[in-house]
Amino acid sequence: MRNIHDTQLLFDLSKPGRRALRLPTCDVPVQPIETLLPAGAIAEQAPALPELAEPQVVRHFTNLSTQNMSVDSHFYPLGSCTMKHNPKRNERAAGLAGLGDLHPYQPESTIQGMLALLYDLQEFLSEISGLPACSLQPAAGAHGELTALWVAAAYFRDRGEQRTKVLVPDSAHGTNPASAIMAGFETVTVKTLKSGAVDMEDFRAKLDDHIAVFMITNPNTVGIFEPAMRQIADEVHARGGLIYLDGANMNAILGVTRPGDFGADMQHYNPHKTFSGPHGGGGPGAGPICVTEKLASYLPAPIVVKRNDDNQAPVYSLDYERPKSIGRVRSFFGNTGVLVRAYCYIRTHGPDGLRRVSEQAVLNANYLLSRVKHFLPVPQGDRCMHEFVASAKQLKTERGVSAMDIAKRLLDFGVHAPTVYFPQTVPEALMCEPTETESKETLDAFAEMLFRITEEDPELLHTAPHTTAISRPDEVAAARQPTLCHCG
Amino acid sequence: MKPEELLYAKTHEWVAIEETDGGKTATIGISAYAVESLTDLVFIELPKQGRTVAALESFCEVESVKAVSDIYSPVAGEVTEVNTPLADALEWLSDDPYGAGWIAKVKITDDAPLAGLLDYDAYQKMCAEEA
Repeated sequence: MRNIHDTQLLFDLSKPGRRALRLPTCDVPVQPIETLLPAGAIAEQAPALPELAEPQVVRHFTNLSTQNMSVDSHFYPLGSCTMKHNPKRNERAAGLAGLGDLHPYQPESTIQGMLALLYDLQEFLSEISGLPACSLQPAAGAHGELTALWVAAAYFRDRGEQRTKVLVPDSAHGTNPASAIMAGFETVTVKTLKSGAVDMEDFRAKLDDHIAVFMITNPNTVGIFEPAMRQIADEVHARGGLIYLDGANMNAILGVTRPGDFGADMQHYNPHKTFSGPHGGGGPGAGPICVTEKLASYLPAPIVVKRNDDNQAPVYSLDYERPKSIGRVRSFFGNTGVLVRAYCYIRTHGPDGLRRVSEQAVLNANYLLSRVKHFLPVPQGDRCMHEFVASAKQLKTERGVSAMDIAKRLLDFGVHAPTVYFPQTVPEALMCEPTETESKETLDAFAEMLFRITEEDPELLHTAPHTTAISRPDEVAAARQPTLCHCG
Repeated sequence: MKPEELLYAKTHEWVAIEETDGGKTATIGISAYAVESLTDLVFIELPKQGRTVAALESFCEVESVKAVSDIYSPVAGEVTEVNTPLADALEWLSDDPYGAGWIAKVKITDDAPLAGLLDYDAYQKMCAEEA
């Protein structure tokens, strides 16, 4: 069934002179290009583009698209990514002409619907986080982290405080220390215990008056709700520092607890995780942030505001009058497409529904954990939040089968692999997050598949996958000697 | 160098101490256990010659197909020599971690951090517990 011919590189399929269409002879006077553009703007020769007929191009991309895994075609328990189903009604809503066909330079009076939607979304996100001020501008989760750290830096600058340190647990997402460095801070790693919790002794040894921010993920990346969260927040606050909550794992706590209530001063959301915006393609994404009242004035401008005049419909506008703002971090209002999907998702579920989303996500993860732990131990224990990290360490020692072997073999069974080798605090990690949108049947089938794989011949596993177009690319050569151009 | 004669940091760097005129110089690398845990290496950012480092300060970075990891200086002092050819010969780290795979030499300015280093047996014990 697989079409190997048409999935070759377009450059390899190219034949000189082949065309998708031929234009009729030009029936207006032709102007030489030299008379239209200055010499410096004209290329010496035309770019070497592939020359192909339309059916070849269609077959090329259609066949390639079927070689990919997506949440619409396969179970995708990729931990930390919350690969839940993306309801199709949200796609339809985001495509409505009144939302999808707007131009950002339209007068505000003609985009009141969009502004009302964005205003409400700011309010919803603030309510869910327990942090009263919100900016929708950041274009991705990590961009939200960076924006929030700039907000923190502006806050300290305004107070005349020189604070340099950002504490980050060793189980954090790699974006945390990267954001801290980009915002001009130095990062200090805080150890975590075997249980997955922050090592309070190490935390206290590194906490001093230079602390700017403690960046914490809660629930953390091993799927544990930080047992000393309140204590950590109190001690950081006592030193004048701020708590940043990495909101990647919000799917575990919607409507159950709020970061603002457990001590966070700032957080980002990943709407493509928690609120079902589609993943993939590298964007366009969004990473809205919410902050406490005392940080509100430093948020990026503009913010959507609402004015209620007596007996008149409310008027929405963009507020640029924010003298303490760190300024723009994104053009216009951010990537509204994914924000509209988040809005639809939140409105569809409502407060009680969002709570049920989290309860079901946690229940599904615990059910899967209870089935998997018998053959792939879960070092952090019998209970988890929305995800858990199993370890193939024993299998590696006893039979030479690694987490990577299991991950690759799962592709043969038509399931995307869990996240592997993260967090680094768990050896041979397999981080599984089933999400609330999977049925018991899917979870049972996945657990049985995993069990079957752990019993298979190690040789078969070392060379898996056996059914995909490409088996194991040479990652070392790809990183060290990358081929970045077509050299055919 | 014989791994049995080296000192080790809890963060998996090895240290060989050499008496030089009027002081001590440490040759630093990473242990075979560390190299194995990192899996296939693709890049190393070596420390700069002449920079000063505090004990346990990150002064080098290795990237594997899995992740980017910091390498910490087990001693305090000044980087006097760097194994620059290593950047293009990362296989030395796995083939000869205690020889050709050395990373840098640091002229020690403070002896105190040396007391926190482990001997070979203690380090082996720590690795066994971690594994």
